[in-house]
Amino acid sequence: MADAADLKPLPLDALHRRLGARMVPFAGYAMPIQYDGIIAEHLWTREAAGLFDVSHMGQLLVEGEGAADWLESIAPGDFKALQPHRVRYSLLLNDDGGILDDLMVTNTGKSFYLVVNGATKHADIAHMMARLPAGLTLHHMEDHALLALQGPQAVTVMSRFDLTPESADQPDFADLKFMSGARWLWNGVKLGITRSGYTGEDGYEISVPNSHAEALAEALLAHAEVKPIGLGARDSLRLEAGLPLYGHDLDPGITPVEADLAFAISKRRKAEGGFPGAARVLDQLFNGAPRKRVGLSVEGRMPAREGATVSVGDTQVGVLTSGGFAPSLNMPIAMAMIASDHAADGTAVDIEVRGKRIAATVVPMPFKQKNYVREGATK
Amino acid sequence: MSRLYTQDHEWIDVAGGEATVGITDYAQGQLGDVVFVDLPDSGRAVTKGGEAAVVESVKAASDVYAPVSGTVTESNPALADDPSLVNSAPEGEGWFFKLTLSDASELDGLMDKAAYDAFVAGL
Repeated sequence: MADAADLKPLPLDALHRRLGARMVPFAGYAMPIQYDGIIAEHLWTREAAGLFDVSHMGQLLVEGEGAADWLESIAPGDFKALQPHRVRYSLLLNDDGGILDDLMVTNTGKSFYLVVNGATKHADIAHMMARLPAGLTLHHMEDHALLALQGPQAVTVMSRFDLTPESADQPDFADLKFMSGARWLWNGVKLGITRSGYTGEDGYEISVPNSHAEALAEALLAHAEVKPIGLGARDSLRLEAGLPLYGHDLDPGITPVEADLAFAISKRRKAEGGFPGAARVLDQLFNGAPRKRVGLSVEGRMPAREGATVSVGDTQVGVLTSGGFAPSLNMPIAMAMIASDHAADGTAVDIEVRGKRIAATVVPMPFKQKNYVREGATK
Repeated sequence: MSRLYTQDHEWIDVAGGEATVGITDYAQGQLGDVVFVDLPDSGRAVTKGGEAAVVESVKAASDVYAPVSGTVTESNPALADDPSLVNSAPEGEGWFFKLTLSDASELDGLMDKAAYDAFVAGL
């Protein structure tokens, strides 16, 4: 763990401390782990709206002729078919098809806007720069903070903001559907807003210049529906939603098929290949992978944590990659990387915790149904 | 009955050769929401400074150490139904376990309330 003195402050550092956050080291930054308490913050996000500071994440802009083709050389998405103002979840892959990072890619119409994980952003940038052809530029938007407003009341809160579209060809803010985004002006400040998130709830991620991040956060927190939420609840929310966390559930030794993220390989790419590690990944896709990321429903009350071994009888068949207490379900849950022979829903397994065996069952994810508002949905 | 404290934020109430152990209000505040407590079985021998229980918050598991050596006589049955008692009443209903002391002289190195409060203030 880094010394406190080595930690970089986030643009909202002073606000977090004013709000009573407990700050912890994360991805090289001092970050808020909790304010009122993880369970209360988790439940608030599920029923109202939570404001998360995710400014540690890397915001990148790829610009130039052929940007979509180049992205297809490093990730398995169909970026040539990604329409302006649409967002896709994708994976940065190494030559063995291992996952270097997971990321969100937005076609802004003029460029591709990428959001990558905080702990991996510098390695991602180095990986991309080493492969960047002449004519393309990669810009790290270090002068921008990233806020996430998540929860069923997020739409109501944002509808009260006076947002002017940056260009005529973009969707009206009121019509912005899940996994879409564009830029709006708020009090003259340019905000990049996508309807997306990583909590299993409807909501937004908002890119804002550092200079205006605190004003925006204060403006959001001024609404009764909004409370600040720390990293602790972000982790329990994403775990319930079945969303993998890089560095825990995903790493360079794990392929998209093993991670049960094959949906991130677009249909055309499945047919054509041409992405890093395609031979191995497509072989696993069509012929099966040796192991798979699964959800586990854990019996009893004792949480099982990352690193605990998973067994069937006397044979170890896997290991927990994430695990903890699910506040909305009021029970322990976990994710595990498990041998495919034992990965079917309903399979009974044992998890070893401090020398004790806890019964668990492989279950479909998400554990908690997502509340996304999809395009065409009539919610 | 006098209450003593450890630098690991356990408290111990001693009455004759019997003692009750729990964690301090400061400790529960640091842990956050407690969702499970793994308590020692009755009859288990514990050693001063050795692991005696594990308290699980939403985020992580933390060891709780025995303030003194002895044999566990009872663990708090109420924590199985409501582990949040550790948050709401850490130095009362949220006690962890009782034990019989094997060496009362081990109490000598523990802090009284004034010393513990000063210790916490310096953290």
